Amino acid sequence: MTAAAQSRSPSIRMRGRSYMAIVLTPEPPIEGWLGELGEQIRRSPSIFAGRPVVLDLSALPRDEPDLQPLIGGLQEHGMRIIGIEGAEASWPGMEAWERAPMVSAGRPSRLIELPGEPAPGPPAEPEPASLLLDGSIRSGQSVSFERGDVTIIGAVASGAEVVAGGSIHVYGTLRGRAIAGAAGNSRARIFCRRLEAELIAIDGLYKTADDLEPGLRGRAVQAWLGGEALIVAALD
Amino acid sequence: MAKVVVVTSGKGGVGKTTSTAALGAALAQLGQTVVVVDFDVGLRNLDLVMGAERRVVYDLINVIQGDAKLPQALIRDKRIETLSLLPASQTRDKDALTSEGVTRVIGDLREKFDWVICDSPAGIEKGATLAMHHADVAVVVTNPEISSVRDSDRIIGLLDSKTAKAEKGEKIEKHLLLTRFDADRAVRGEMLKTEDVLEILAIPLLGIIPESQEVLRASNLGMPVTLSDPASAPARAYMDAAKRLKGEVVAMIIPGQKRRFIAKLFGRRAA
Repeated sequence: MTAAAQSRSPSIRMRGRSYMAIVLTPEPPIEGWLGELGEQIRRSPSIFAGRPVVLDLSALPRDEPDLQPLIGGLQEHGMRIIGIEGAEASWPGMEAWERAPMVSAGRPSRLIELPGEPAPGPPAEPEPASLLLDGSIRSGQSVSFERGDVTIIGAVASGAEVVAGGSIHVYGTLRGRAIAGAAGNSRARIFCRRLEAELIAIDGLYKTADDLEPGLRGRAVQAWLGGEALIVAALD
Repeated sequence: MAKVVVVTSGKGGVGKTTSTAALGAALAQLGQTVVVVDFDVGLRNLDLVMGAERRVVYDLINVIQGDAKLPQALIRDKRIETLSLLPASQTRDKDALTSEGVTRVIGDLREKFDWVICDSPAGIEKGATLAMHHADVAVVVTNPEISSVRDSDRIIGLLDSKTAKAEKGEKIEKHLLLTRFDADRAVRGEMLKTEDVLEILAIPLLGIIPESQEVLRASNLGMPVTLSDPASAPARAYMDAAKRLKGEVVAMIIPGQKRRFIAKLFGRRAA
């Protein structure tokens, strides 16, 4: 909603905007609830970061709302309380929240997922791994192994592909596609007993069958990255 | 114990239906009880090649959907009494096939016949995968040319992953049937050599069927080629292949080149 200020001074733009606030509903006993809140914050420290928080006090008993420890506990966690629902200004202890305006009941919005697991530690170093396939890869089949080398005892048919994070070794005829170093490993290599490949690639650099030297077709080759170029050379 | 055979290829037009009819008739002539089943729903041809197109009342889809019982749909061949046909529907399409229905029909057929030969449609979708699903043996029909070989390779990959046997961890028995083999063109390099096909597909060779006019003639007569002209080269090659399916060891005859001048003089054909 845009409203222009009615004056000779330059008009000020006013707009309405929705923000999602987290509504916390403290339930008696307060210490228990505060304890659980502390637990939740310990598990996911960033959950309340930057989020406006509204307190819904409707679950607290009217006559003795016991707000003191609640105020203290929430201040400890450094939460920004922007509003209070479900309480009267006349309740004892409400003066401490003089800055938090009363808000009338908002519209419930979507449920906010609270992450249950502890924040993940730094990712572990991937262990070197290797996939060995005894048998040919048929047309239309696709072998994908991001974690390391792939060794195939057999042929790779035309129309098949092998994608490896590491090197690719084909003890047979390579007629399909071989894509090595797929996860960004420029030291990966491709080896095969007979080169009839449709496409070979190492860390994103590729050569199609047309780009391969005709003299290398049908021979045992290895391919590697030298500088910024894909080099293919005979093995024998 | 009945054997379920699927005749498949991936590529269309290579000779699946012709081979299903020829092998089925050959096995029946060798004394086995055989049923040939057409899985090409909507584009049925097996009934034409078997000469039964004027006697089709109920079909595979009717049996699957319970509109007819299996014996009502089976058509006995007039020439060999141990050979029967279960035709496909022409008015429906492959979506009418259901996995449970096919399982039930194949199960019933296993009890009645020694051999259940399934004529797969071309392609790799539902019709083809349902036709191969219950097979014990696969006959992969391939022409010696690169499109057919690559498609056959794809189908072999599917045989090793989408059949009931593959799902149980067993390997389905696969055989290569090389059809429309033309020795002259192979020598001239216009067609792939048998060794090249075998090297790429790497499955045992069941037989080599030469390209010949008899096949077309037989199809037009509505007879499997092994019945219409048993002395012809393709018929003899199919009969040898049928014997190998049964487990016999038969020497492989490679169809030779046509001897031109002499053949014309004496009217003889090679191999």
